[in-house]
Amino acid sequence: MNFPILSSLILLPTIGALFIFFVRSSNSQYQSSKYVALFITLANFFLSLYLWIVFDKSIVDFQFVEEREWISGFVNYKVGVDGISILFILLTTFITPICVITVNATIKNRLKDFLIAILILETFMIGVFCSLDLVVFYLFFEAGLIPMFLIIGIWGGERRVYSAFKFFLYTLLGSVLMLIAIISIYWITGTTDVIKLYELGIDAKYQNLLWLAFFSSFAVKTPMWPVHTWLPDAHVEAPTAGSVLLAAILLKMAGYGFIRFSLGLFPDASLYFVPLVYILSLIAIIYTSLVALMQEDMKKLIAYSSVAHMGFVTLGIFTMTQQGIEGSIFQMISHGLVSAALFLCVGVVYDRLHTRLINRYGGLVSIMPKYAIVFMVFTLGALGLPGTSGFIGEFLVLMGAFKKNILVATIASLGVILGAAYMLWLYKRIIFGKLINEDVKKMVDLKRFEIVTLWLLVLPIIFFGFYPEPLINSIEVSVANMIDMNDLDKINKLALGD
Amino acid sequence: MENLQLIIPELFISIMIMFLLIFGVFKKNSSQLVYNLTTVSLVAALALIINLDPQIQSSLFNNSYNIDSLARFMKILLILSGIFVMLSSSKYIQISKISKIEYPILILCSILGMMVMISSNDLIVFYMGLELQSLALYVLASFNRDNLLSTESGLKYFVLSALSSGLLLYGCSLIYGFSETTNFNQIMVNTKEIEYGLTFGIVFILVGLAFKISAVPFHMWAPDVYQGSPTSVTVFFALLPKIAALTVFIRFLYIPFYELGDQWQMIIIFLSIASMVFGAVAAIGQKNLKRLIAYSSISHMGYALAGLSTGTTQGVQSSITYITIYLVMNLAFFSCLFMLKRNNEYYENIDDLSGLSKNHPLLSLSLLVVLFSLAGIPPLAGFFAKFYIFVAVINEKMYFLAIVGLLATVIAAFYYLRIIKIIYFDPEKEKFESKHNLGLKFTLVASTFFILTYFIYPSGIVDIISQIKIN
Repeated sequence: MNFPILSSLILLPTIGALFIFFVRSSNSQYQSSKYVALFITLANFFLSLYLWIVFDKSIVDFQFVEEREWISGFVNYKVGVDGISILFILLTTFITPICVITVNATIKNRLKDFLIAILILETFMIGVFCSLDLVVFYLFFEAGLIPMFLIIGIWGGERRVYSAFKFFLYTLLGSVLMLIAIISIYWITGTTDVIKLYELGIDAKYQNLLWLAFFSSFAVKTPMWPVHTWLPDAHVEAPTAGSVLLAAILLKMAGYGFIRFSLGLFPDASLYFVPLVYILSLIAIIYTSLVALMQEDMKKLIAYSSVAHMGFVTLGIFTMTQQGIEGSIFQMISHGLVSAALFLCVGVVYDRLHTRLINRYGGLVSIMPKYAIVFMVFTLGALGLPGTSGFIGEFLVLMGAFKKNILVATIASLGVILGAAYMLWLYKRIIFGKLINEDVKKMVDLKRFEIVTLWLLVLPIIFFGFYPEPLINSIEVSVANMIDMNDLDKINKLALGD
Repeated sequence: MENLQLIIPELFISIMIMFLLIFGVFKKNSSQLVYNLTTVSLVAALALIINLDPQIQSSLFNNSYNIDSLARFMKILLILSGIFVMLSSSKYIQISKISKIEYPILILCSILGMMVMISSNDLIVFYMGLELQSLALYVLASFNRDNLLSTESGLKYFVLSALSSGLLLYGCSLIYGFSETTNFNQIMVNTKEIEYGLTFGIVFILVGLAFKISAVPFHMWAPDVYQGSPTSVTVFFALLPKIAALTVFIRFLYIPFYELGDQWQMIIIFLSIASMVFGAVAAIGQKNLKRLIAYSSISHMGYALAGLSTGTTQGVQSSITYITIYLVMNLAFFSCLFMLKRNNEYYENIDDLSGLSKNHPLLSLSLLVVLFSLAGIPPLAGFFAKFYIFVAVINEKMYFLAIVGLLATVIAAFYYLRIIKIIYFDPEKEKFESKHNLGLKFTLVASTFFILTYFIYPSGIVDIISQIKIN
């Protein structure tokens, strides 16, 4: 049997967490546990990079599939990757070490526990992206709540308890319906194995209700308007590393779920509910962009911008076109990098001034030039300037949308303008302007580890902005297959009446 | 005579009860010794049960006493829980000054009663076991007789339980009247048609049984008794009577009245939904941990009943799985409770847990695991317990029950999270003692380990339980 590379990816962080847990702590060993975590997450990153290299992008099937009996005669532990999931795994393993590096400045107490929580969370996140069984997926999807709840609650800001509860209960409420749907699927088709389900298909008469049950879970997690309100709270109160993981990876679980399960398993229902998703996405894009314009708090602004960006993602997925879905995946990867970077940027100034209020800053360009440069790149990435990865994603999504519905696409394009407005205004208020506050003047420019982490994020954002080929290449076949297999094109044509 | 071989465990426990009673009276200051001997005799009884041929299926004493796979499994569960309860609470009863020779003997009596209940295949035998169990429990609840709350809880339990036993007995007499027999199998043969009297009989018996497992709306006693009794008795209350009562539920519903499923199914569904929802909502405002766990166990019994209400073998098996995992979780929770000790005083308010994680990281970690498991969050054992139940429920297309049940988990998650919040997010308080006896530590570690690693091999228990034949 081949080396179980996916299981090792899943297990490695947990092993690291156990190692940190069992090594006796003393103050001097705080540092060493950080190096252990960094080593483990980096090892995981290189492992997933290796996975990406050996992954055959021209094959439609799932690769590196491992299957083991788990709940006898019922559920098998089954993992595997296709072109879509492999990117999310890479994103996860890339962002996690960056989070580990940032704990330097942000986490003052219980560092060991924090590292354990992050490592355990990484296990669950990778598990979500490579599980090929609905029950296994649900298990990982829900389990991620536990470490995230603790991360927000223990290391968060002033209203952390409220935010942690809101985060946990919202997500749990959304997910329980999905559990019912998963069990129902088992009784309807006799399996929860995703590959088999793709082949079998689910009877159209069940699809609508099942789709809604899955939707309730993913809509909360995405988050879509009107169930997005947990996100700003959770983001604002979470420590920097928590916000980064939340924005970069946890939100992507839902987008990934939409593609893998909503489109893959219920194509008829997906088509039926397209108008609903369009409307909710458009509201998310326009309304939350307007809300973002009004924010006084940096993290809140970025959180609302996340909701707007995820609106593009859901819009793109449900255009059900090659460009739309590819654009959504690209947008998710890009948003994963950009939002992570933006939260890190907020973390940098928050560590120095301990406030996130925008009007307390101003004129940083003269005292923190290095910071101003990287922040500029990320701002431009967030508003989707050509040459950054943000552009490719939004462009493809809009291209898919124009194919389907010009009105929807036009309204969504307005969102791009609004996005530019709030991001540039944010940048102007923080970086430019007069240097008035005394304490702002004392702020020092980026430290070495901050430069490393931020530039690590600048590189892929610019690289994929100019040369998106590696990513597109990886997802192309899988997306085309997804569209082919479910006859999404044909369904589309029927719906359009030609 | 060869019949007697099959009830050796019961005989052994009866003999030990009499022996220990005499031994305790004649030997001065022997309470600790009697306690240890009780634990040892439970272990011996466990060995005797395991030693019986697992394939055996026989009915003794004129078909009134069943030795089968269900009885075997439930008895093993019962005595194992008994042993762990004894191990974890030995220190507690010394410190709370309730270490008297009667205490372990009463526990043995009630375990004997439960064993009779589990094996009973006849209304009279079942009632006898029930009363033997209950009488011992009345005394145990008020064992700390100098404590007002304990006395009150004993009295309350006695009065309400006597009432429910009366109802139950009346139900038995109705069933006897309409079916001319008290034997379960015989009842099935004699009651092919539905008669109102019979339905009333079923309802009365269900009321009595629902009282014993504290299902809503017959739950009133549970919070007071859980809070008032000494913690060592509360843990006993929370674990063992539930096993026995659930077994009787299974036998009673699935042997004599299996054909009349549509008569009792609605009742069980109602009990189940009411318990799940009420248990979850009422626990939110609680300040005392024991009271909170009382409401939580009401809610958990609702899920176990949901499995029963399906009327399928799969449903029953899921209920048995549920109760097994429930036992482990509660055992772990109470072991944590026994560790909240400072200067020979035990603490049981939620606020006392404030900031526990700073001073006692390992204890808080086990509490964290237990509470998330009770809330049913994957990948902990509690999730699988609920998962099996819902698999069985949805298989029967009872979507309403499934949705209500899952929404109740979300409500329940709130109060479990609240405890976690107090442990992990709140400022720290004074330290608790960190020295505990070996039995308690072992119980906690073993049960937490079980909860935490259940997901690695979930088939183990399910495979054993799927061997159980109901009728």
